[in-house]
Amino acid sequence: MPINYYIFLALALFCIGVAGVLTRRNAIIIFMCIELMLNAVNLLLVAFSKMHQHTLAVTNPNAGIDGQLFVFFIMVVAAAEVSVGLAIIVMMYRNTHSIDVNFLNRLKH
Amino acid sequence: MGITQILFWVLSILALLSAILVVISKNPVHSVLWLIAVFIAISGHYILLNAQFLAIVNLIVYAGAIMVLFLFVFMLMNLNSDTEPQKNKWLKIAGVVAGGSLLLVLVAALKQADMKNQLAEMNKGDIGLIKNLGMVLFQDYVVPFEISSVLFLSAMVGVVVIGKKD
Repeated sequence: MPINYYIFLALALFCIGVAGVLTRRNAIIIFMCIELMLNAVNLLLVAFSKMHQHTLAVTNPNAGIDGQLFVFFIMVVAAAEVSVGLAIIVMMYRNTHSIDVNFLNRLKH
Repeated sequence: MGITQILFWVLSILALLSAILVVISKNPVHSVLWLIAVFIAISGHYILLNAQFLAIVNLIVYAGAIMVLFLFVFMLMNLNSDTEPQKNKWLKIAGVVAGGSLLLVLVAALKQADMKNQLAEMNKGDIGLIKNLGMVLFQDYVVPFEISSVLFLSAMVGVVVIGKKD
């Protein structure tokens, strides 16, 4: 597959995520759209890790493996981020009985 | 058109349609289920790119753990489409236009890039296998690996502190 297709697919997924963050007011859906953007980036990293393999694999069999390890670390950080973020959202729901992000524009009480 | 190309297009269309449905569904639980469909499609892409370890980790961590966490939170809050907060129409249109403009700019910038003969290797290469990834992870990337374990510990402590009722 030409690398262009993967680039455009990942761009489309990323922009759908951006549009979701901008259009929705439910805090958890916004969070899910951020996950969608992270996954678009992951897909592009994996596609790039396989891009130069046919030329570099002759000398270095591990060429491109760093991209896949970056994806692994992005998943790790995303898991930690989700746990903390959902705890904050649950806290917010406990205080305001809503998960509308417009309630967050005043952080005082 | 070989089976790989057909699978690529099917998975891409599945991913894009499910991603759009994540954004536009009114019921939050349906959004979670469509997001799981996106993750399954992306795992299929990883398998096509011969990154089996990442495909399985994506399914286990994202579709298995993170999405279950989202579903639990939704069910704890007892939300449905009636209580769903809605932005007004113009803000929604502005958001979609902004996202579409970003897509347009990025596609226009990358359309002319000279990548016609750069291929992503499908169905071959063994850098995605767990043996090679493990060797590199535990030889060259030991320090980031340990730091991520510290990150997990701090996230765990943070969640307990935030979620504590006081």
